Amino acid sequence: MIKEYKNTAVKPEPKGFPWKQVVGLFLSLALTFLALWVALGLSLPVPITLTVIVGLAIIQALIQLFMFMHFTEGTDPSHQMMGIAFGLFVAFAMVAGTLWIMAFML
Amino acid sequence: MIENIKAFLGDFFVTGDPMIYGADVSIALASIAIVVTLTYFKKWRWLWDEWLTTVDHKKIGIMYIIAALLMLFRGGVDAILMRTQLALPNMNFLDADHYNQIFTTHGTIMIIFVAMPFIFGLMNIAVPLQIGARDVAYPYLNALSFWLFFFGAMLFNLSFVIGGSPDAGWTAYAPYAGPELNPSSVGQNYYYIGVQISGIGSLMTGINFLVTIAKMRAPGMTLFKMPMFTWSILITSLIIIFAFPTFTVTLALGLFDHLLGTHFFTIGGGGSPMLWANLFWFWGHPEVYIVLLPVFGIFSEVIATFAHKTLFGYATMVCSMVAISILSFLTWLHHFFTMGNTAPVNAFFSLSTMLIAIPTGVKIFNWLFTLNKGRIEFTTPMLWALAFIPNFTIGGVTGVMLAMAPADYQYHNSMFLIAHFHSTLIAGTVFGVFCGLHYWWPKMFGYLLNEKLGKWSFWVFMISFNVCFMPMYFLGLMGMTRRMYTYPAGLGWGPVNFIITIGAFGMGVGFVIMAWNIVWSAIKGKRDTTGDPWGGRTLEWSIPSPAPEYNFAHIPKVTTRDAFAAMKEDKKRGREQKPKPFEPIHMPNNSGIPFIMSALFFVAGFGFVFKWYWMGIPGLIGVAICMIARSFVYDDHHHIPTDEIERTERATGRLS
Repeated sequence: MIKEYKNTAVKPEPKGFPWKQVVGLFLSLALTFLALWVALGLSLPVPITLTVIVGLAIIQALIQLFMFMHFTEGTDPSHQMMGIAFGLFVAFAMVAGTLWIMAFML
Repeated sequence: MIENIKAFLGDFFVTGDPMIYGADVSIALASIAIVVTLTYFKKWRWLWDEWLTTVDHKKIGIMYIIAALLMLFRGGVDAILMRTQLALPNMNFLDADHYNQIFTTHGTIMIIFVAMPFIFGLMNIAVPLQIGARDVAYPYLNALSFWLFFFGAMLFNLSFVIGGSPDAGWTAYAPYAGPELNPSSVGQNYYYIGVQISGIGSLMTGINFLVTIAKMRAPGMTLFKMPMFTWSILITSLIIIFAFPTFTVTLALGLFDHLLGTHFFTIGGGGSPMLWANLFWFWGHPEVYIVLLPVFGIFSEVIATFAHKTLFGYATMVCSMVAISILSFLTWLHHFFTMGNTAPVNAFFSLSTMLIAIPTGVKIFNWLFTLNKGRIEFTTPMLWALAFIPNFTIGGVTGVMLAMAPADYQYHNSMFLIAHFHSTLIAGTVFGVFCGLHYWWPKMFGYLLNEKLGKWSFWVFMISFNVCFMPMYFLGLMGMTRRMYTYPAGLGWGPVNFIITIGAFGMGVGFVIMAWNIVWSAIKGKRDTTGDPWGGRTLEWSIPSPAPEYNFAHIPKVTTRDAFAAMKEDKKRGREQKPKPFEPIHMPNNSGIPFIMSALFFVAGFGFVFKWYWMGIPGLIGVAICMIARSFVYDDHHHIPTDEIERTERATGRLS
């Protein structure tokens, strides 16, 4: 019998308990509440608070990438890199652009 | 007690305007008519099994298009009401508040609930068929996207009879939209929540089609052998994925200002009203390209098909779209040049905006060169495509005029601007979706739309469009600004406005002819027995019309661009491949969860609109329960047996 090409995108997930995702969920929750506590519970100077919560946000973004978004999987790493590069470009355009546009009122 | 109930109902329902009462009655009558018809013909089961629970991309596409046409009717009625009010000086047809609400709902509905779903409908129908796939990558998610859009749209549309419509424009600029100047919040909450619910669906559609196109192309179809429409959807999906999260957050922050008393966009309390404009347009400008790039794809297909040539400059078409996708994230400030930014900021965004005209111009020339020396066939879809080129170019050129920051201080928020963006959105998006609708109609339903009526609707609509929007440029230069609900006599605006109103009604007539064409053709339309009524070049025309549930009995093998044109050529030369035996086809199961979950989103949204947390929070809990229920569904697919495939193929005359 001729084996026909089946173009389905989703391959069946390996069975078993999704430990990675559960750990990721709890880490994300912990980081979120930690940021909340740093901002509301501690009365640090504003620049330090901002630095700390931005740092926590970056850690959380990495958790998202590795634990939920299949960053290490896939056949072609160039797709991943293009996606990340475009994401960084958009994030930079937005943050830097906004700061520049609104600089006159800061 | 009775007084309390009366007072509540008086606030709850919109009262006092005879037109609204008329709408109440017609909504009630239409609902009763639908329920009675479905019950009388015992069609409830059919509705649930075939449509509400379907995950078939073709049916979802059809539902998107039906919803978009209904919303186009609503948005069009809004436009005609506005134009009636403005037809003569000092008119009293609408009062100021009502006029504000109507231009707000007109804009929001036309962009979010007409342009986007119409395009999503066409891409749902065409993209999997063009790449030789049997469905999208995530069929269940696709159904969820549609129902989220649908219930978001219904929530937003409810506002004009229950609670009151938003009135801060489709851009909902702070501070007017904020809690300080809009303390009742209800109308504005409808905007934030209705658009948010449908926006979640849009984001998921973007992800879905990116994965579909990246992963599910037929063997041999490399990226540079994809049809141009598929390319345009790939780029559009990318823009959706990167632009929509901004909007999600912006809408949420706006809602927080109303519901939770935060100060993101307020005047006092450290808020910044300008930040709303900034964040809104960071999504809003890419959004313009989200509704334009797909129609560029449609025109590329249609022009190539009816010029009977391959598309000119395939690679430059792709490069232009990639360039547009990057530049679209760098131009957002040109929507508020006049808000007090520094000169270097305005200069940068002025330049980046003009830069976009280059890749767009490249595309225009590519279409012209595709037409050059082609055997042009003037079918209805081709007429829409040909009319697009000059009309859209006028919109594009006036866009470059607006892009010059110093000049924009003159044009800003005048009717010149209104004429500009209608020239791009109507001559681009609307002509494009009408073009795609006529082009792919036989693939959706198995019969063609009538050509004569189609051409009538085209000419009436296209000429009226110019009657409506050409004078509007001059009206803008004569000093009339947008969003004025009336104007005094003696400024010389009256005659121009009257001509514009004639054009607006003419476009309404064009739409009615098109609706009549749909009804007429459903009864008497010419059957498409070949599956290839236009002499198409891409894979969607290689299968019967309407496409069977599984699309392709065999997944095609692709060797070149315009894959189906090449296959037809091979067949002519007698190099046809031998048919292989059928194999059972793996298909996703239908599911009712997307519908129920989106309905619960609607319930939750309605609760939050009125700050009824007792309704909103249980609604969200219901949404969470639906997600949990879905995660326990293991039996999510079935196989179509070979004898059923054989029967279906035989019925379409594909097996002898």
